[in-house]
Amino acid sequence: MQTEELSAININTLPALACNPEDEYELVYHRPATMVDTTMHYCPGCAHSLVHKLIMEVVEEMEIQEKTVGVAPVGCSVFAYDYMDIDMQEAAHGRACAVATAIKRLMPDNYVFTYQGDGDLAAIGIAETIHAVNRGENILIVFMNNAVYGMTSGQMAPTTLTGMKTTTSPDGRTTEMYGAPMKISELMAQLPGAYFVTRQAVNTASAVRHTRKALLHAFQYQQQHKGTCFIEILANCPSNWKMTPLETSEFIADEMSNVFPIGDIKVPKGDQKIF
Amino acid sequence: MKGNEALAEAAIQAGCDAYFGYPITPQSEVLEYLAREMPKYNRIVMQAESEVASINMVYGAAGAGFRAMTSSSSPGFSLMQEGISYMAGAELPCLLVNVNRAGPGLGTIQPGQGDYFQSTKGGGHGDYRLIVLAPSSVQEMADFVFLGFDLADKYRNPVLILSDGAIGQMMEKVTFGHHVINKTEKPWATVGKPTTRKRNYITSLHIQPEEMEQHNNKLQKKFDAIRSNEVRFEETNTADADYVLVAYGLSARICHKAMDLCRQKGLKVGLFRPVTLFPFPYDALNKLADNTKMMMSVELSSGQMIEDVKLAVNGKVPVEFYGRMGGMIPTPEEIVQHLEQLIQPAYAN
Repeated sequence: MQTEELSAININTLPALACNPEDEYELVYHRPATMVDTTMHYCPGCAHSLVHKLIMEVVEEMEIQEKTVGVAPVGCSVFAYDYMDIDMQEAAHGRACAVATAIKRLMPDNYVFTYQGDGDLAAIGIAETIHAVNRGENILIVFMNNAVYGMTSGQMAPTTLTGMKTTTSPDGRTTEMYGAPMKISELMAQLPGAYFVTRQAVNTASAVRHTRKALLHAFQYQQQHKGTCFIEILANCPSNWKMTPLETSEFIADEMSNVFPIGDIKVPKGDQKIF
Repeated sequence: MKGNEALAEAAIQAGCDAYFGYPITPQSEVLEYLAREMPKYNRIVMQAESEVASINMVYGAAGAGFRAMTSSSSPGFSLMQEGISYMAGAELPCLLVNVNRAGPGLGTIQPGQGDYFQSTKGGGHGDYRLIVLAPSSVQEMADFVFLGFDLADKYRNPVLILSDGAIGQMMEKVTFGHHVINKTEKPWATVGKPTTRKRNYITSLHIQPEEMEQHNNKLQKKFDAIRSNEVRFEETNTADADYVLVAYGLSARICHKAMDLCRQKGLKVGLFRPVTLFPFPYDALNKLADNTKMMMSVELSSGQMIEDVKLAVNGKVPVEFYGRMGGMIPTPEEIVQHLEQLIQPAYAN
C-alpha cells in the first residue's frame, strides 16, 4: 500500500472487525514479561531499547528473573532500571564492574550483568573492567559501543572513529592527538579470565538474532560458572551521529564494522560460533 | 593487639560479610588480617585494584543487603569520596575506616587529624553527612566497629571510623565478647526480584528537581534524627574546670596526660572528648562554657575541629588552639606549656 493511500484512510470509518483477532491469529511476538510496560526515554532508532529487550527476552526464556541482578551505568542507559523488571543497582560512572564483582561474589548463584557504554567502560572505567575480566568474574558485561558519549550529547569517546566529528573533535578525531579507536573486545580477549568475547550489532534483523544468541550463550555460561562473558554491541546513535535511523544502520555496516569487525573474538573450545 | 588488628577482628565478630581494600600505610594490617582470617568464616575479602574499586565493591555488596566495609588512609580515602557520596545518596549502609595520616598530598605516613573537615562536613559532592566515630584507644577501635555497623544499618547511611596512624598502630589490651549485634532487615536489597514484590533498585539519581529536593529533604531529616539521637562524648574533670581541653582520638589521649600534669600543678583543667565528630556535641560544649574561663582545642592539624568548638561555645568564652602538623605529635608537657602561656596573663584572675 502506498503512503498516500494510507493517509487517506480514516480509521474511524473502518468497518468493525468481524471476529476477535485472537481467534484468528497466532501470537508470534510479545513484549517480554520481564520488561516494564512503560514509555522509554530513548531516541527513535537508538540501539538501547532493542538491546534492553533482547537481554530481558533471554532472562524470560531462561526463567531467571528472580535470580538476576543488573548493574546500570552512567550514560544514556542510566535509567535501565526503569525498563528492566529485575533488581538493579545504578553504579557510579565506570564502576559497574566493581559493583557487579561484589554482588556476584556474595551471591554466586545469582545472574549478574553490567550494561555499560563506551565512555563508561572504555574511558573512565577501563581499570575496573580489565581487572574484573582478568579475575574472570563470573558475570556478563554488555558493552554498548556507539563511539560517542551519548547522554552528554555526543562528545568524543575512546572508540570514536578516526576522522569522526563529535562536539569535542569538531574537525574529526585525529590519531596524532588521541590515538586510534580502542578495540576493547580484542583487549579483553587477551585476558585469561575472559571466557567468551564477541562483537555484535543490531543494525539488521540477522544481526539482532546473532546478538540475542550471544546473550543467551553468555547467560548459559554464567550458569555453568565459566568466567567473564564480554559482549560488545555496535550501537546506533542517530541523535549524536546526526543521521536518520536508517543511515545509522548503514554506517555500522559500511564504516564502523570496518574498524570494529563483527564476530566472535574468543569462543570456548568446542562451542559453536555465534557468527 | 594492634589497633588495626583489633578493628579487623571486630569486623569479623560484628558479622561483616565482605571487606574490600587496597594497601596503604598505616592501615594495611586491616586488609592483611582480614585476607588471612575472613576465608575461615566463608566471608568475602578482596584486594581491589584501587580505592575507587574498593568503595564501589562496597556499594555493590551493601546494595545487595550485606554488611560491607572498607578501610584506607588519607590519600586513599580521598579517592573513595565519590563512591561515598553515591552511597549516602543511595542510602546504603556500610562501615568506612580512615586511619588518618598527615597531608596534604602524599604527605607522610605518620599520624594526622587533617581529615576532620573531609570527614565531618561531607567529603564528597552534594549535601550529605557521615556518622563519624573517633576512637582514642585500641578497645574503641574494636567497639566502634560493632556500633558503626549497627548505626549504619539503623540509619541506612555510611558510618566512618576516623582513626589515626598512632591509634591504628599502637598495641593495647582489648576484650571481645561483650558486644551485642543488632542486624536490621533489608527488604530494599537487590537480591533478585521474586514475583511477590516489585523490583528493587539502588540509585542516587533523581533527575526531576522536585523529586531530588524531596530526596534531599528526606536525607536531611535523617541527619537531624542522627543529631538528636547519636551524640556521644566523654568529659573528664570538667565539673570544676576553669580551663577545658577539647580533643579527640590520639590528641585526647595526650591531653588526658596534660590535664593530669595541670592538676598536679593546681590548675583546674578538664578534658572534653567528642566521640562522635558528626554529630558534634554542640549542646554539651555550650553548656560547659557557662562555667569555664577558656577552652583550648588540641589537634594534629592547623585547627579544624576548633571551628565546631567555636560554633558550640558561640562566643561565651575564648577558644584557643594548639596543634602540630606533618606527623609530629605534641608531648603533654608542650600542651601544658602552651596552656600556661595563654593563662598568664590573659585568663588569670
